[in-house]
Amino acid sequence: MNAPSITTSSAQDTAVPSRFNLAAALKDAFITALIALGLSIPILSYKTEQNGSDLFLASRWRLVAIFCAIVFVLRVLEHAFLATRAARKALPDPHQATEPVHAEPSAYQKVSRFAIPMFLGVAVSFPILVYLVQGGLNESRYWVDLGILILTYVMLGWGLNIVVGLAGLLDLGYVAFYAVGAYSYALLSTTFGLSFWICLPLAGILAAFWGMILGFPVLRLRGDYLAIVTLAFGEIIRLVLINWVDLTNGGAGISSIPRASFFGLPFTAGEGGFADTFGLEFHGMHRMIFLYYLILALALLTNFVTMRLRRLPIGRAWEALREDEIACRSLGINTTNTKLTAFAIGAMFGGFAGSFFAVRQGFVSPESFNFLESAIILAIVVLGGMGSQIGVAIAAIVLVGGPEMLRNLTFLKAVFGEGFDPNEYRLLLFGMGMVAMMVWRPRGLISEREPSVILKERKAISGSLVKEGHG
Amino acid sequence: MDIFVQQLINGLTLGSIYGLIAIGYTMVFGIIGMVNFAHGDVFMLSAFIALIFFLILTTWLGISSVALALLIVLVIAMVLTSLWGWAIERIAYRPLRGSFRLAPLISAIGVSIFLSNFVQVAQGARNKPTPPMIRDVIVLFQGENGYNVALSYKQIIIMATTAVLLTIFWYLVQKTSLGRAQRACEQDRKMAALLGINVDRTISLTFVIGAALAAVAGTLYLLNYGVVSFNDGFVPGVKAFTAAVLGGIGSLPGAVLGGLIIGLIETFWSAYFSIEYKDVAAFSILAIVLIFMPSGILGRPEVEKV
Amino acid sequence: MRWQQDPILDVQHLTMRFGGLVAINDLSFKAGRGDITALIGPNGAGKTTVFNCITGFYKPTEGMLALRKPDGSQLLLERLPGFDINWKAKVARTFQNIRLFSGMTVLENLLVAQHNPLMISSGFTFLGVLGLGGYAKAERAAIERAKFWLEKTRLIDRADDPAGDLPYGDQRRLEIARAMCTDPLLLCLDEPAAGLNPRESHDLNELLLSIRKDHGTSILLIEHDMSVVMEISDHVVVLDYGTKISDGSPNEVKNDPRVIAAYLGVDDEEIAKVEAEIGA
Repeated sequence: MNAPSITTSSAQDTAVPSRFNLAAALKDAFITALIALGLSIPILSYKTEQNGSDLFLASRWRLVAIFCAIVFVLRVLEHAFLATRAARKALPDPHQATEPVHAEPSAYQKVSRFAIPMFLGVAVSFPILVYLVQGGLNESRYWVDLGILILTYVMLGWGLNIVVGLAGLLDLGYVAFYAVGAYSYALLSTTFGLSFWICLPLAGILAAFWGMILGFPVLRLRGDYLAIVTLAFGEIIRLVLINWVDLTNGGAGISSIPRASFFGLPFTAGEGGFADTFGLEFHGMHRMIFLYYLILALALLTNFVTMRLRRLPIGRAWEALREDEIACRSLGINTTNTKLTAFAIGAMFGGFAGSFFAVRQGFVSPESFNFLESAIILAIVVLGGMGSQIGVAIAAIVLVGGPEMLRNLTFLKAVFGEGFDPNEYRLLLFGMGMVAMMVWRPRGLISEREPSVILKERKAISGSLVKEGHG
Repeated sequence: MDIFVQQLINGLTLGSIYGLIAIGYTMVFGIIGMVNFAHGDVFMLSAFIALIFFLILTTWLGISSVALALLIVLVIAMVLTSLWGWAIERIAYRPLRGSFRLAPLISAIGVSIFLSNFVQVAQGARNKPTPPMIRDVIVLFQGENGYNVALSYKQIIIMATTAVLLTIFWYLVQKTSLGRAQRACEQDRKMAALLGINVDRTISLTFVIGAALAAVAGTLYLLNYGVVSFNDGFVPGVKAFTAAVLGGIGSLPGAVLGGLIIGLIETFWSAYFSIEYKDVAAFSILAIVLIFMPSGILGRPEVEKV
Repeated sequence: MRWQQDPILDVQHLTMRFGGLVAINDLSFKAGRGDITALIGPNGAGKTTVFNCITGFYKPTEGMLALRKPDGSQLLLERLPGFDINWKAKVARTFQNIRLFSGMTVLENLLVAQHNPLMISSGFTFLGVLGLGGYAKAERAAIERAKFWLEKTRLIDRADDPAGDLPYGDQRRLEIARAMCTDPLLLCLDEPAAGLNPRESHDLNELLLSIRKDHGTSILLIEHDMSVVMEISDHVVVLDYGTKISDGSPNEVKNDPRVIAAYLGVDDEEIAKVEAEIGA
């Protein structure tokens, strides 16, 4: 199996070439292209088409040829790039690929000084900016909607960050609490007619309650096992939502959920509506903008509470738990309660986000709460750098906003023909992106840890010292 | 009684398939301690490879013997899926080895998302039905109400193929130097490397073997159900993982045993309780097993060191 | 013979079995209040297992572990949940393979050690999140206490560094400082001098003596370094194969033929011979 290296970091297996060797690079690229050819047979080379009940095959060798050519060219370019980089740095540290944080100055301090006020400023003024840039309320609908979507994931990421980033408990079923929150609002408002502002705390409490119920049995589990059990719980909740038709209306979901109102003033055209009361001309975008600020406020609340908690004994105990559970026990920390609090508080924010989701959509169905959502939220937390609030926000923008940008790449239609829908490739690229990001920065964008208390001098803690937790 | 026997046969068939997938999980977990989340999707991919080659062989090359076609498809699917297994390890997992523990898991989830969407984009989102390849059945006995308890040829093929291939791979892992290298890497990767074992190659081969067995499972799955879709990887993957844990993760016979148990539970649950809650049962068993018997039936218990 | 008159820890008939393996067999000993008690023995004698039973990481198969508080009340450690052994019984420990929170700063490590009192002053988080109650003041006091121990262990200059960055000897001292921040009555140290150079080892002795003298904390330690054991301990208990083979002052133990035999690996017959020779 002396096959060629495919990844950059496997350059460590072979001696780093001091000069770009074209013949070797071409040979290697050729072998890589051959492997790509092998991988594309038959999935890419033949497409199964359906004609009535019969399947028949359509050849697509041209596509395979293009694919292999792209792989070949990329591989040659990679060799060229590696050679020039190797020439620049005489001997790269073989561990660079896995531990990129050691040599760099504190990314946190670099980012936090400018980025945090900037992000906050942009977030607060976003609808206005969009209005100015797009030149109208109707035109800015898409962007405000995207802003709401991203902020929802920022909030979910921050909520999960408490469980995964601070307490080090790997939760792959976080979407369950999102679902609990959404269904709580949906059911409470449609059956009892409760308003959003009453349902919001109730949804949070219910989600926290579920966080404890699901957290209790998994207290002893660690690492991957914890992840898989939480995944199982998430799926069980989703399947129950599908099958318990009497309560949840099954896969059809719950529709006509009361929409958000401006503290009692409905966003309607008639008298007594929001626009009427404030003397504005009625516009559907008012509600969108209100929803935008609502999720921004909820996300900032999550952030504020998390930052506060980090400086309280409970937050330090979470982080200590992530570092060493046994030492925690020897210091008199009740690890059971500490873990359950992390699950409960993380779940509570998931529940808040869920009820926001329900009030925004006006419709909930189990399909919105599948495993992929959990995976996306976890990917946001890990990519952001576990425990880093600003990192999570950046990761949410990249992971949620990035694929969304694909929709706008209409020029690709000109390249690939009319039938080409870039949106189809959204999740495909998302999956590739997850792998690429992990290979590039396994510890996330901002891996430094910010101390929660200082005596004299603030120093960021290198990510390589911070543990990822046992559970 | 008649339904019971029929479900027993169906359950063992299904269990064989789960067992084959479970081996991939158990071997990879044993050697590098990660849950290869993408393994279920590798299985799904292999079912597509098998489907396409089956079509090529029967419709284009006109091979009329189903048995011969199946054999060729099996071999091709094993080879091509192995290449996928190897490439996935090389691209997505090897660069992360020895790094942050969560990174390979996230990477594996990424691969899983990639694979299912790759197949969706390349082959379309619809279910792909094949005409039943083998219809013949042996009627074992006739029960009450004229209910025939039958053992179909395809079930015989599935169980026999599983048994034969398991024996071969069992021999490979237990008796050859590859198996020894594998077990050495399980114990202590650094020490194994110091003793001259090519750790990278051993791990690659583990992925290759896992993928090859997943390809067997994929081909047999296609044979059994006659239909496959791009999102058929996730749930069988989770069930097979449950099987691996139930049998004791790291143990090959455990994986097969776990697979059979899960297969039986699933069919009996569907037959006697509720088919809607079939997957709920599977996930519940997973949670219960992980919580209450994380070392499984044939696994070694882990002792917490202070 | 303080350990007979006023024991802080009274271990009686302690037995710990793992499956078929008997790690500790019917062990009884006492540790005196204000004493430095050393638990010694060859590798695999069961010393760390005794520690793990005392500090709640293992539930003993049989036996009683009584901790006597200064007010005369008595707590049975084997009945307390693990974390309460530190919080209620005031027993703190360090670990053979250092267990610091390596990604947290030195100061944070010492604040985590004061978790329980700080939890109360933050109103179990509820008041703390709202910024109510006396949490800020309590945290300042906690930092003062941490500073005191940092001065004492000469780590004050490294207070804002991550614990994982400290050199080995500093990490050992930090672990002791962290344990002391829980304000223990009994401090259990698992091989505190392991891996230290002679100078560091000497400093450690000073630190332990001053902990005992200034804070009235009793110390129970496992140690292989005989210079530490002989120099600072008041009372030595020797274990071999899970049973006690000797118990007394350092000098008594040093001359006990069974101890010599255990360490040098002598047959039982020879022990009898040696005993006969010295008339024991």
